[in-house]
Amino acid sequence: MTLVRTKIGRRAFIRNTGLAGGGLVLGFNWLASCKMTPEQVRSLPKEWFELNGFLKVGDNGLVTIMSPNPEIGQNVKTAMPMIIAEELDVAWKDVIVEQAPLNTAIFTRQLAGGSQSIRQGWESLRMAGATARHMLKEAAAQAWQVPSSEITTKEGQLMHEASGKSASFGEMASAASNIEVPQEVELKETKSFSIIGTDKKNVDGEKIVTGKPLFGLDVQREGMLTAMIVHPPAFGMKYKGMNAESVKSMPGIKDVFHFEVYQEDTEKQWSDGGGIPELVAIVGNSTWECMQAKKALEVEWEEDSKLESTAYHDEALTALLEKAPEQPARKDGDVEAAFKKAAKIVESTYSAPYLAHNTMEPMNFFAHVTPEKAELLGPIQTPEFLELTLASRLGMPVEKIDVMMTRMGGGFGRRLYGTFAVEAAVISQKMNAPVKLVYTREDDMTQGTYRPAYKVKYKAGLDENGNLIAWHVRGAGTNDDLIFENRFPAGAVDNYLAEKHSLQTNVTTGAWRAPRSNFIAGAEQAFMDEVAEASGKDPIEFRLELFDRAINSPVGEPEKNDYDPERYAGVLKLVKEKSNWGTDSGKSRGVSAYYCHNSYVAQVLDLEDGDGIPRVDKVWCAVDCGIVINPMSAKNQVEGGIVDGIGHATYSAMTFKDGKPEQSNFDRYRLIRNAEAPKEIETYFVDNGIDPTGLGEPSLPPIVGALSNALYKATGRRHYSQPFINERPPLVG
Amino acid sequence: MATYTLNINGKKQEVDVDPSTPILWVLRDHLSLVGTKYGCGIAQCGACTIHLDGKATRSCILPISSIGEQKITTIEGLSENGDHPVQKAWLEVDVPQCGYCQAGQIMTASALLESNPNPSDEEIESAMNGNICRCGTYLRIRKAVKTAAKS
Repeated sequence: MTLVRTKIGRRAFIRNTGLAGGGLVLGFNWLASCKMTPEQVRSLPKEWFELNGFLKVGDNGLVTIMSPNPEIGQNVKTAMPMIIAEELDVAWKDVIVEQAPLNTAIFTRQLAGGSQSIRQGWESLRMAGATARHMLKEAAAQAWQVPSSEITTKEGQLMHEASGKSASFGEMASAASNIEVPQEVELKETKSFSIIGTDKKNVDGEKIVTGKPLFGLDVQREGMLTAMIVHPPAFGMKYKGMNAESVKSMPGIKDVFHFEVYQEDTEKQWSDGGGIPELVAIVGNSTWECMQAKKALEVEWEEDSKLESTAYHDEALTALLEKAPEQPARKDGDVEAAFKKAAKIVESTYSAPYLAHNTMEPMNFFAHVTPEKAELLGPIQTPEFLELTLASRLGMPVEKIDVMMTRMGGGFGRRLYGTFAVEAAVISQKMNAPVKLVYTREDDMTQGTYRPAYKVKYKAGLDENGNLIAWHVRGAGTNDDLIFENRFPAGAVDNYLAEKHSLQTNVTTGAWRAPRSNFIAGAEQAFMDEVAEASGKDPIEFRLELFDRAINSPVGEPEKNDYDPERYAGVLKLVKEKSNWGTDSGKSRGVSAYYCHNSYVAQVLDLEDGDGIPRVDKVWCAVDCGIVINPMSAKNQVEGGIVDGIGHATYSAMTFKDGKPEQSNFDRYRLIRNAEAPKEIETYFVDNGIDPTGLGEPSLPPIVGALSNALYKATGRRHYSQPFINERPPLVG
Repeated sequence: MATYTLNINGKKQEVDVDPSTPILWVLRDHLSLVGTKYGCGIAQCGACTIHLDGKATRSCILPISSIGEQKITTIEGLSENGDHPVQKAWLEVDVPQCGYCQAGQIMTASALLESNPNPSDEEIESAMNGNICRCGTYLRIRKAVKTAAKS
């Protein structure tokens, strides 16, 4: 057992005495998104006893665990409660999971982003379970008049071997709720875990496959109105005026008005992103009626800044790559001198377009704002920041604002930026009615907050023995400077120079699954392949030599390098072994490895032969994310990231003409489909007992490199410009 | 506005809406059957798939005026207790990530198996190709369709 002080997150464990033992009401609203088997429903306890803010124990032994973080498909709603259940020592079948509302008094970091939910929640979730177990043991010790240290627990049972006494958690729940919260708790040894590390199915699975209301778009309330927005057709345009009278009289339409999402004095949070400051709202009785009014409404817009086109972004980024910034981001040795004496030089430029997030569930939010309070319910990755913005925008203290999260139909970073929820609140306030704001797919796709467009130029120098002696990277992005200067191969090359530029544009951008890494990993790993080829070495051996260098004699201060070379090399060696690298698979094969969001991933990808973009036959993936909470679900995440990465690099692009997005729906914006996804994916996890890190993002970035490298083998051409589908050789004749 | 009597999940339902209203919005807004999802509104993503007389159909572009006597089945009516072989296979394989597109995927898969109980890999991919999953659950979708076919 490890003794851990409960100081961190301690407020979570201080019970609200007004609630404890009071037979708490199950669920917080109609969306009691919990996992309940029919047996559980039949045997719900008569009374619940809250042992801390994360969990309550029923008198019959059932345990309700609150999942604190937003669920966007990364399945933390299963994994986070698993960690609590492990330390509580309850049988998983006796656990009911509920989505917690925003509650900053109990929970910390209720945010879905950066693949950090498990990593940052690890300690407090374990303590929540362990604290409650401690209280149950104390209660039993007092009842049986035996030392607490002699009591053991297993699957919801308390046992005292010497006296032969035993009781269920349910029997001790009432007494435990009166036990003082401990100053220190014992945590389990990781080797004695019985829930963590086992396959547990998605707690919302049954509701998903039977079509139960789970998502923000499914919210319905008595007297609820539907709202839609009209935003400018182009970036660089703003509202000028409209004639709304004829539309206001259309069937089912309640109101049409222009509004400012934020006011001048609104204290905005980072999560308000770029947004569009002025919009038109259409409010009506039903979605279809609002859609009809939206089509009929004529709004006048005027230009207020440059109307940018893709050609402009392309030229401006290219121009930036031609010049050195005032200061390098990192400089080791002297690349120029090294290039002069190099036996071989390799140079390439890679680029990628803007991307939309395209969550399958378009942006939406329910709001009911009255002079007394504001109730917000919907899909949001950043509820805490939303509440702060709402307090400022609505002129209401945070205590009067309730923010609750629904399950989200995808996030990918888009729902970090909750402007749509602010819009819903402002419209509800104006209408003095409960309102559900719904974006059409077109609104969603053309609103902005895109993955930036990127370009990066690499130059590498090799000595006469094929050793890498110089590496120069210069990157640029729209509203983003792209380069992580301290990531590999920084620290593994004597002469290293990293430079970065950002091009300010009025096309709004935001975090998109694995920000920056989603492009730079593929570019870097494709270039690494070119350099390895020039060196005459095997691409895996070439990389492993560099990791050896970073392990044995790192360049610069080792702590400056943002990766652990041993773990990095570890996943590469594992994927090498699993894919039988070096043998002829009869396919075109590429390799890639990347580190981001605290996790390490290496992949080997086999392409079938074929014209144009050949089909991916198989991917082998090795992952080091420390302890794996739920292996089945972890594999699902890895597979999803791989399909997502292949799909966007191959097919997707958002382009602009005079500020106007040229794609507004899935007819022109191409997403990967079933028959284009790999035939097979095999995933392996490194078993090292290290504290867990995230998995929502890390499998996506490197796969683009593995795909690029396999495409080169298949076609004989390097693919420099995404989406790769556009790089087909022109048809002849 | 006009009154329509629809046969949905074996029940007669009466609604009074504009004749152009797509079945998707009739289901969601007027009958509170929200399992059928809105994804694109132009029949490109498959999130809104229902069965019309047993055939997989996109409800987002299907006006209520075109339904007539045809029987509608939605995800809520696919089985009484959520135990349709396709639903069971979806749970066994743990297909969903975010879950939003899965009702549409399940409706397409169940219609496929109804007409072709033993589809080949190519037939599965081809039938499921109209349903976008942004999370990339395609490999498990294929596996679950095969699992359901075996049962």
